[in-house]
Amino acid sequence: MAEEVSLRDTYGKTLVKLGKENRDIVVLDADLRPSTMTRYFAAEFPDRFFEVGIAEQNMIGIASGLAASGKIPFASTFAVFAPGRCFDQIRVSVAQAGLNVKIVSTHAGVTVGEDGASHQALEDLALTCSLPGFTVIVPADAIETAQVIETMARHIGPCYVRLPRAKLPNVNSPDYRFEIGKAVTIREGKDATIMAIGVMVAPVLEAAGELSGEGIDCRVVNMPTLKPIDEDAIIKAAGETGAIVTAEEHQEHGGLGSAVACIVTKHCPVPMEFVAVKDAFGTSGKPAELLERYGLTSKDIIKAVRKVIERKR
Amino acid sequence: MTSSEFDNSPSGTSADNAKAGVFASNEDLEEVARRLRRHIVTMIGKAGSGHPGGSLSAVEIATALFWKIMSHKPSDPQWKTRDRFILSKGHAAPLLYSVLAECGYFPVSELNTLRKIDSRLQGHADRTATPGVEMSSGSLGQGLSFAVGVALAGRLNVQDYRVYALLGDGECNEGQIWEAAMAAAHFKIDNLTAIVDNNGLQICGLNCDVMNLEPLNEKWVAFGWHVADVDGHDINQLLDALKKAREVKGQPAVIIAHTVKGKGVSFMENNVDFHGKAPSAEQLETALKELV
Repeated sequence: MAEEVSLRDTYGKTLVKLGKENRDIVVLDADLRPSTMTRYFAAEFPDRFFEVGIAEQNMIGIASGLAASGKIPFASTFAVFAPGRCFDQIRVSVAQAGLNVKIVSTHAGVTVGEDGASHQALEDLALTCSLPGFTVIVPADAIETAQVIETMARHIGPCYVRLPRAKLPNVNSPDYRFEIGKAVTIREGKDATIMAIGVMVAPVLEAAGELSGEGIDCRVVNMPTLKPIDEDAIIKAAGETGAIVTAEEHQEHGGLGSAVACIVTKHCPVPMEFVAVKDAFGTSGKPAELLERYGLTSKDIIKAVRKVIERKR
Repeated sequence: MTSSEFDNSPSGTSADNAKAGVFASNEDLEEVARRLRRHIVTMIGKAGSGHPGGSLSAVEIATALFWKIMSHKPSDPQWKTRDRFILSKGHAAPLLYSVLAECGYFPVSELNTLRKIDSRLQGHADRTATPGVEMSSGSLGQGLSFAVGVALAGRLNVQDYRVYALLGDGECNEGQIWEAAMAAAHFKIDNLTAIVDNNGLQICGLNCDVMNLEPLNEKWVAFGWHVADVDGHDINQLLDALKKAREVKGQPAVIIAHTVKGKGVSFMENNVDFHGKAPSAEQLETALKELV
């Protein structure tokens, strides 16, 4: 099994690197810096780190004030708390105000594990993708995370980056170059395309490997940028493979599947299947148990691919 | 450079380039306030909707700030070291628009476009649309947090500007106000003055009946702020308190301005109906007769 790396640890270390390069980088956290890993930045640049306490609404407002004054604020907490706890602050003080705030939240999805439903954000992508002007990104491994964070520091505009608690294996090659709005084909194929984000990219690759043993040839596309979504990659996949399966650790409504379906129905109608959480809250358990409970394993992906190919005929 | 340096500078006579364009006026402030009130009722009357009560109550507060206390350049709204005014009680946008127009940020005639499609003057202010608007608001409770961020940036950048945030008393129902209050004191922010427009009324009635705020002074003290109570319609009291607030070190300052909702128009004063209702054509005429 491939070595697994912590994306939030990579995030924390990338912030320190950026902090050394650019004095305008500032970081805010809401009493979770040991978990979000902003603690590295806090230790290195105490004058540019703002601990706001358990007050996420205020954190977003302070970040917007810093951004309006030329700073590049990264605000971090768990995904259930931002955007969950402070959606209106993100809507008015960040999105409507058009301010350059970077919200990087960790511990998204059921892979949070034992903490249970209240701590497992499955709605954060629906919330942030609904905001005009927002860039929404879900890295799939540590290689991508480092590049996403560096890109976000340069990019002007509000953004949300979703990170998991779990360590993940590298799915991108070391020479991979992240670009906002660009999907990445990790595996070529002609029978169906599986588009995935974050935690789901690794099981999708596993599923594609198994399916190829049965003679089913799947294209695997990593979709790190959920918004603005790569329309061309979707249209191309629909045209060339004739069927699409999406896979995400998020509610079925409002996430990757919805975004892809919107493009597919408009431009290139083909059968689609959705591997996602089906209108349910999470619960306590081990991450692997929860992925199985909520239908987010490579077996579920294989089932969805067989079904979508069946529907092609 | 501190804003006090500009307090008495006569209009257009400064040879200092840094001061060029800084707003200055020796006009009688009561006359300014009267003109602002006429703008407020007229623009809301013409729009057919809007919030006169909480705009009229804060007229003297805004007059003291924009005409005497703050250093700002209408010709350069993004001037880096300007003092910042953040309207947290966003429904008082007609007050802010009247002030900005009178100061020269945009033509006074534009006030007639309030709330109309394609106008730069939305029902609640939008920083991306209107010159001089520091922050978009309208969802209560958010401005003080923003102000804390702007104040922290001023400290980090070693820029000698001051941040002013105008809050509503009803707005202090919002928990985020107290999150921000706690943080401002925790960070020992002393380049921030908050002003509470304490007119005693909110949409559903008296503050004390809807959600009691008292003791408001003691609440701010308990949160670590320097607190002053003033008559919010007495410009001299406001100027005195605003100047004293600048001298407070190591903690933020708040001025609780005791005001009358709808001030200046007899039938709007202390009348909660005019929180968010426009005057009819006839009422507008009466109001303008009173505001002479």
